[in-house]
Amino acid sequence: MTLLLRLTALLVLPLLAACGASPWNSPYPAADAGKNITYSSFADKPKHLDPAQSYSSNEITFTAQIYEPPLQYHYLKRPYTLIPLAAAELPRPLFLDAQGKALPAGSAPEKIAFSVYEIRIKPGMRYQPHPAFARDAQGNYLYHNLKAADLSRIYKLADFPQTGTRELVAADYVYQIKRLAHPRLNSPIFGLMSEYIVGLKAYSQTLDKAQKDLPPGGFLDLSRFPLEGAEVVDRYTYRVKLKGKYPQFLYWLAMPFFAPVPAEADRFYSQPGMAEKNITLDWYPVGSGPYMLTVNDPNRRMVLERNPNFHGENYPSEGEPGDAAAGLLRDAGKPLPFIDKAVFSLEKESIPYWNKFLQGYYDASGITSDSFDQAVRVTTQGEADVTDMMREKGIRLQTAVTATNYYYGFNMLDPVIGGFSERARKLRQAISVAIDYEEFISIFANGRGIPAQGPIPPGIFGSREGAAGINPYVYDWVDGRPKRKPVEVARKLLAEAGYPEGRDAQTGKPLLLYLDITASGPDDKARLDWIRKQFQKIDLQLVVRNTDYNRFQDKIRKGNAQIFHWGWNADYPDPENFLFLLYGPNARVGKEGENSANYDNPEFNRLFEQMKNMDNGPARQNIIDAMLRIARHDAPWIWGFHPKQYGLYHAWYQNIKPNLMANNGLKYVRVDAALRARKQREWNRPVLWPLGLLAVALAAGIVPAVAAYRRKERQAAK
Amino acid sequence: MIQYIIRRILYAIPILIGVNLITFALFFVVNTPDNMARIHLGMKHVTPEAVAKWKHERGYDKPLLWNGAAQGEKKATDTIFFEKSVGMFAFDFGRSDEGRDIAYDIRTRMWPSLAIALPVFVIGLAVNVTFAMLMAFFRATYVDLAGVVLCVAMMSISGLFYIIGGQYLVSKLLHLTPISGFDGGFNALKFIVLPVVIGVVAGIGTGARWYRTIFLEETSRDYVRTARAKGLSELSVLFGHVLKNAMIPILTGAVVVIPLLFMGSLISESFFGIPGLGSYTIDAINAQDFAIVRAMVFLGSVLYIVGLILTDISYTLVDPRIRLE
Repeated sequence: MTLLLRLTALLVLPLLAACGASPWNSPYPAADAGKNITYSSFADKPKHLDPAQSYSSNEITFTAQIYEPPLQYHYLKRPYTLIPLAAAELPRPLFLDAQGKALPAGSAPEKIAFSVYEIRIKPGMRYQPHPAFARDAQGNYLYHNLKAADLSRIYKLADFPQTGTRELVAADYVYQIKRLAHPRLNSPIFGLMSEYIVGLKAYSQTLDKAQKDLPPGGFLDLSRFPLEGAEVVDRYTYRVKLKGKYPQFLYWLAMPFFAPVPAEADRFYSQPGMAEKNITLDWYPVGSGPYMLTVNDPNRRMVLERNPNFHGENYPSEGEPGDAAAGLLRDAGKPLPFIDKAVFSLEKESIPYWNKFLQGYYDASGITSDSFDQAVRVTTQGEADVTDMMREKGIRLQTAVTATNYYYGFNMLDPVIGGFSERARKLRQAISVAIDYEEFISIFANGRGIPAQGPIPPGIFGSREGAAGINPYVYDWVDGRPKRKPVEVARKLLAEAGYPEGRDAQTGKPLLLYLDITASGPDDKARLDWIRKQFQKIDLQLVVRNTDYNRFQDKIRKGNAQIFHWGWNADYPDPENFLFLLYGPNARVGKEGENSANYDNPEFNRLFEQMKNMDNGPARQNIIDAMLRIARHDAPWIWGFHPKQYGLYHAWYQNIKPNLMANNGLKYVRVDAALRARKQREWNRPVLWPLGLLAVALAAGIVPAVAAYRRKERQAAK
Repeated sequence: MIQYIIRRILYAIPILIGVNLITFALFFVVNTPDNMARIHLGMKHVTPEAVAKWKHERGYDKPLLWNGAAQGEKKATDTIFFEKSVGMFAFDFGRSDEGRDIAYDIRTRMWPSLAIALPVFVIGLAVNVTFAMLMAFFRATYVDLAGVVLCVAMMSISGLFYIIGGQYLVSKLLHLTPISGFDGGFNALKFIVLPVVIGVVAGIGTGARWYRTIFLEETSRDYVRTARAKGLSELSVLFGHVLKNAMIPILTGAVVVIPLLFMGSLISESFFGIPGLGSYTIDAINAQDFAIVRAMVFLGSVLYIVGLILTDISYTLVDPRIRLE
């Protein structure tokens, strides 16, 4: 009995101690209850945190809080507006002709041989505390010549006892631009940037050669190799030289690819033995932003904590009309960041994630299809609102149309559905009319999306609202809103294409079309049934060729698909980043570009080249209008839809305005930690009576069993 | 016995080479080095040059199994198969295709897996044996019938249902433990309780029914009748004699899985947010990370062989008649 009691104590006491004052089901340490911490989750583990490599949204969620590129997006203003971050002001390009002579600002793009961006950064910014900067009394680096013995007790970055810091300088920005060409980093934007940054392609070859000459594991010192397109002007100024005119470069300057990386960090991490312990820049970033990564365990949780060396920044004082009324300017002018710590927990499954949000253990949540009806109701006016249950908990809903396209593409190289013949064009238009995306959004996305009228999402320069913005080949403007043309129009177009009632008028054979897709999830069957049904509406037979991801990509690359499903998530809010998906020289087949439909209309291409380097204004809008007219007429895509992001936020989570371009929004967020702690306790009081009931039930079962055993034993004895 | 173990270890070498070869063939039938490069480099702006560079740096630009252009033994050794396989026989798993040290990741992630799998195994074994003994004791009564019906019902329910239902009941309705998560040291206890309870409960149906069959078979033997005739209590008969003699089939099923407990459970760890090894292989397959896939399959094979050898050794401990020669 004593042993039993001891065992019980051993098990229960730590459990109670672990729970402490916070609710028993709290997944966080009791000591953190009521602290200024925000809690969220991530489903996909970040693979890269090196700013030269990280590109995915699940990676930039972290890197954008740590690294400070020269520019950022204004948190509140729409349309999305670039403002300085590390830069002292927005850089203005200096245009040069082929002889290097300066050209006036409004020069024709074809005359511009080079654009030079001179970027001045703010003085006084400092890096987060990091062992790479630690020095001894003589000013020598403490950890730059480590031996194997020095690393014997080092398992993670925090095991280095000393840290240091230093001021950010222009050379750090230049160093990072050079890193884009580093042979070991495989930066995803190297290919694109080498088209623009003068000398970057040749620089990569130089580094390749230098790398080969190094001993295994040797440090490739980029400072030994100058790059023509990126040079230091003075301590706080650097210059980037681009080929031609590329106004979109400013948007790239708002991404961590162009954030500073100190050469000391690269040297520190490149020492022998570090990579074997997974101590790399890809794992432990070194930034100057408001937060620094203190725990990197992507299999469990990531923790960002306030960077004590952050230079300071203030909450914006202006925004859109309505922001003040929404309370978004309540903190105007106050120093950032508001939160001390952000804890991101890995949640692979939606059920525990959703339940933890409802228990108050996550501050915000997206909405899966499973929980949509529980969370959202659609009002009689067609607007989405939270359900009464959510409202009682103080949960609010915020929505935003994403700069994303999901569409079905037609392979323009296909002999049946591709090309620019009237027959193929009308066939594509007929299918575009027949596929009812309003129904798709309603059934498969719970209404979270808007049908696309072209490649440019709303809110991006170039897209038009109202009647002027609709695709006239698919929609009519009726009663102040776009209305899909009736299916009879699709049938008529099909007949005009030479396929009356879905049969080839010449051969009489039914027209078979092929959809290539990677469908592996349980919901995909319903989607495929739905898409087949859409084709059947106009008597077309659709053969679905379901394949694995690799085969599908191969088919697209080789142009072997006929119809395919695709998506695009914008890099930056410029029409060029959408229209280039239809630019001929950017075709997938043969050119490895992003134009998966291999659409190649010479007039469209000509207008694209004209439009891409223009500044936003009526002239650019006119060209975009003309491009959209051509694309809508040719119908290389079924334009699909733009998903709508639905976010649920607890009452204690404040200053939230969805910003789909900026990823560094954590610094603006405020949490009422006392309210959260109170609500968590209120919503999670332990219910103990069922345990008592279980104990009674067990006892009720054991007593007769013991009695039966004794009876049996007595019978056996007799 | 030592000779026997050495012989079994030597037998394992061709098995491991075969497993390695099959893994290699299956992986590269589905994925080409180009596919691997593209998935690692990301979805946007991937150029053929970047693909070529990625393959070159990781040695995936070599022939798969046979290098016809090389000379001498290099025809076999200057290939992806040889270069990626030979280190593993020295348990040098190398780096993942993302650049992380695989051995380090395995060492870090196996402990959370073990924190769940070991208690589930030990407690589950004890509970299943006890429940099966109870049914055997009350054989051919309503208790036995009810127990069997309960076992059949429990084994008919999906493991996922136990997890979701358990989380709903214990964490969401009763608010007793966290739904998911993990922590180090003693703080891990509150996260471990629920997955362990669910793991044990989910295994009762299958385990107890299987052990009941074994015990019933043993209770019909002559030595049991003799023991009862000597006047031993039924508890002494069951736990002192029947259990001992039923150990061979129990050990056959139980010991072989002990080394594999390190590998964790995919679904359970995924739902409970346990940072173990359960999802390591499947994540690697999805990411087309061949370095991790081959390392984990190799490790799994080694552990399974170790489990089989341990099972053989355990027979000699419970049955003195068995000699390993």
